[in-house]
Amino acid sequence: MSRIRRLNEIPREELFTSGHSLCAGCGIPPMVKMALKAIDGDKVVVNATCCLEVATTLYPHTSWLVPWVHNAFENAAATASGIESAMKVLLRKRDGKKYKIIVFGGDGGTFDIGLQSLSGALERGHNFLYVCYDNEAYMNTGIQRSGGTPLGAATTTSPAGRVIPGKPENKKNLMDIVIAHRVPYAATINPAYPTDMWNKFAKASEFLDKNEGPIFFHYYSPCPVGWRMDTSLSIEAARLAVQTRLWPVYEVDHGKIVINIRVNKPKPIEEYLKIQGRFRHLLKPENKEVVERLKRYIESNWNRLLKLAELGSIY
Amino acid sequence: MSSWPVKWEELPIGGVVDKPGNSLEVKTGSWRALKPVIDLDKCIKCLLCWVYCPDNAIIRRDDDYVEVDYEYCKGCGICAHECPTKAIDMVEEGGE
Amino acid sequence: MNTIGKQVRLGLNGDEAVAYAAYHADVDVISAYPITPQTIIVERLSEFVYNGELDAEFIAVESEHSALSAAVGASLAGARTFTATASQGLALMYEILYIASSLRTSIVMALGNRAFSAPINIHCSHDDAYAARDAGWIQFFAENVQEAYDLTLIAFKVSEDKKVLFPSIVNLDGFILTHSVEPLTIFEDKKEIKEFLPDREAVNKIDPSNPITYGPLALPDYYMEIKKQQAEAFNSTPARIKEVFSEYEEFSGRSYSPLKKLYVDDADIVFVVLGSTAGTMRTMVKKWRKNGEKVGVLSLTLYRPFPSREVAEALKDVDTIVVMDRSYSFGSPGGQLYMDVAAALNKYGRYNRLINAIYGLGGRDFTPEMAEDMLHATKDPSIREIWVGVRG
Repeated sequence: MSRIRRLNEIPREELFTSGHSLCAGCGIPPMVKMALKAIDGDKVVVNATCCLEVATTLYPHTSWLVPWVHNAFENAAATASGIESAMKVLLRKRDGKKYKIIVFGGDGGTFDIGLQSLSGALERGHNFLYVCYDNEAYMNTGIQRSGGTPLGAATTTSPAGRVIPGKPENKKNLMDIVIAHRVPYAATINPAYPTDMWNKFAKASEFLDKNEGPIFFHYYSPCPVGWRMDTSLSIEAARLAVQTRLWPVYEVDHGKIVINIRVNKPKPIEEYLKIQGRFRHLLKPENKEVVERLKRYIESNWNRLLKLAELGSIY
Repeated sequence: MSSWPVKWEELPIGGVVDKPGNSLEVKTGSWRALKPVIDLDKCIKCLLCWVYCPDNAIIRRDDDYVEVDYEYCKGCGICAHECPTKAIDMVEEGGE
Repeated sequence: MNTIGKQVRLGLNGDEAVAYAAYHADVDVISAYPITPQTIIVERLSEFVYNGELDAEFIAVESEHSALSAAVGASLAGARTFTATASQGLALMYEILYIASSLRTSIVMALGNRAFSAPINIHCSHDDAYAARDAGWIQFFAENVQEAYDLTLIAFKVSEDKKVLFPSIVNLDGFILTHSVEPLTIFEDKKEIKEFLPDREAVNKIDPSNPITYGPLALPDYYMEIKKQQAEAFNSTPARIKEVFSEYEEFSGRSYSPLKKLYVDDADIVFVVLGSTAGTMRTMVKKWRKNGEKVGVLSLTLYRPFPSREVAEALKDVDTIVVMDRSYSFGSPGGQLYMDVAAALNKYGRYNRLINAIYGLGGRDFTPEMAEDMLHATKDPSIREIWVGVRG
């Protein structure tokens, strides 16, 4: 699929239909719709247990117009490994068909319980695209903290308590873990930058055509229910995450890091925090130190990325 | 649901769903409290609402103007919030 | 008997025999993780693949959980799929066992039966086979190396059959069979058995031109019907399994049936047993018969679906039944096989005296003296459970 500059270049045909039960304002569908269009040709979706899985395949209904496989929570990458291996051998031995494999998993299924399965598959080098849609907590079970939950965020298992004000730990850097596997292409994507997202999917599609997987995308997936914000603010939150430098939009193409969205004058993180109920307690004076920690984390993360981007290749 | 069998003998084996995209039978428009109303005079055909709508409830016409599919729109208001020309208003259900 | 496939006689251990069977089945995808006493199977298969003798994808996964998860994907995608494990590995696969059956995959798994930890032990118990008993997998028990080979081939044919479509486990006792070299007869090459086991023709496989949703969420309004359908389908598999046994006999000259009986018909005392110990018991029973004891042995080649009717029919007039369990089911009314036999007899209106013999745990040798202890126990009406050969 070709790269775009304007959204009217995106084809109309949808492979992901209405009638699913994802919450109003959910950030997952804009990415899924786009992935299914920009990854051209025949394709198969593998889905970890997650919001996307339960809300789009409530028996006897399905929102998918492509083959779709759900096995369990922690094994989407292993399941995809099996499908990819079968596809390869059946192409050689019998009348097999070639198709592209797209895996969707949430942050719980990727950062935490599915990390081993993902690592194994990345190390073995299967030709698939894995997209982790990160809504920064276990939303499907009712907003429990995950390894993807950011510092200070209130969840039902890291509440804004009188002694401990939200999650005490920083978010795990999943992209660093993925890059440690020397994958050919990895990128972060964000719905507030739809042409960037499209073009990365289109690039992924070309790599898949050339059997140059595995490819990994880390998607910022706004969740109005879990983040306790108005349903209309999903894309606004996504935009602020980038503009505060909290969520750098970058890619690692065969080891070369490029920051795709340059943020020269970052907005104060408070603008991001104040629209979300999960962070509102941080704006109280007694939690100032948590915000300061978050600011230091953002700054060091951004500066590190700038330095890495200056290198020819990090592989 | 209408065409799906109810007896165990009649279900497809393996618990699969073999009617792709049949969630279109589920009309999620009933979830809505506020509904988007588009003023096409202000629409610049940027298609942001069409790209962002989580429910495919923005219909992209042949001329690239957009309409709302109220059968599925859950009323989240992303379209109205993101519209660069403020061409979309969220109004009470039953109102204009 | 005129057989069809060309065969050769040689010596192999049980693991190698299983590896040869998977190789001769021209398997497409092997997804496995090393664990004693199964490891030789996947080592041999790796050699076949890496030497270009077998055109297959060998997925060297990072855990047994992923081994079975990848096997599910491969089987759904239409590949003839094989995995092998034991003990802790089976336990790690546990979650996916049910999914593999419910999605109606055709995976074949060899299980080198080994005790569960703790204490960690690499030798034979049937803990792992029993742990999988409720998961909707067809289970065969091999009594010797020849059976391990034959049943693996039979398992592929059964699991991929359109009237079956359930995964299979072939059990072989850890070390006793996995590592013991025995003489056996195998087919000369892959091509010799293509007629018995042609390339897999998968039903409902992953295909972009037929976009099926596999593994959706089903709530109380449908879950029960889906399970009822699976139960009916699973319980109907023995009819087809028996047909495949006959087809295999025609092809190989070797005969199989769900049960093996020795002197059961006129016996007062029958020993019911799984796996390699059946051979030991047959030797003992022959000896005891010479002493005038009316004893018999019933062993099961097909463990799941449990052949309840045949077991009850075979045992209906027996005074005392000794059910031998190479495992212990903590807090249950008896061992796992004991409960199956008791329930099968009850289902057909029989209430024979049952004794549960717990034997051979963690690879403890089962000796003729232990067999004598079991026979002795049948003479004491107060005994209902014995731990054979345990010190104390």
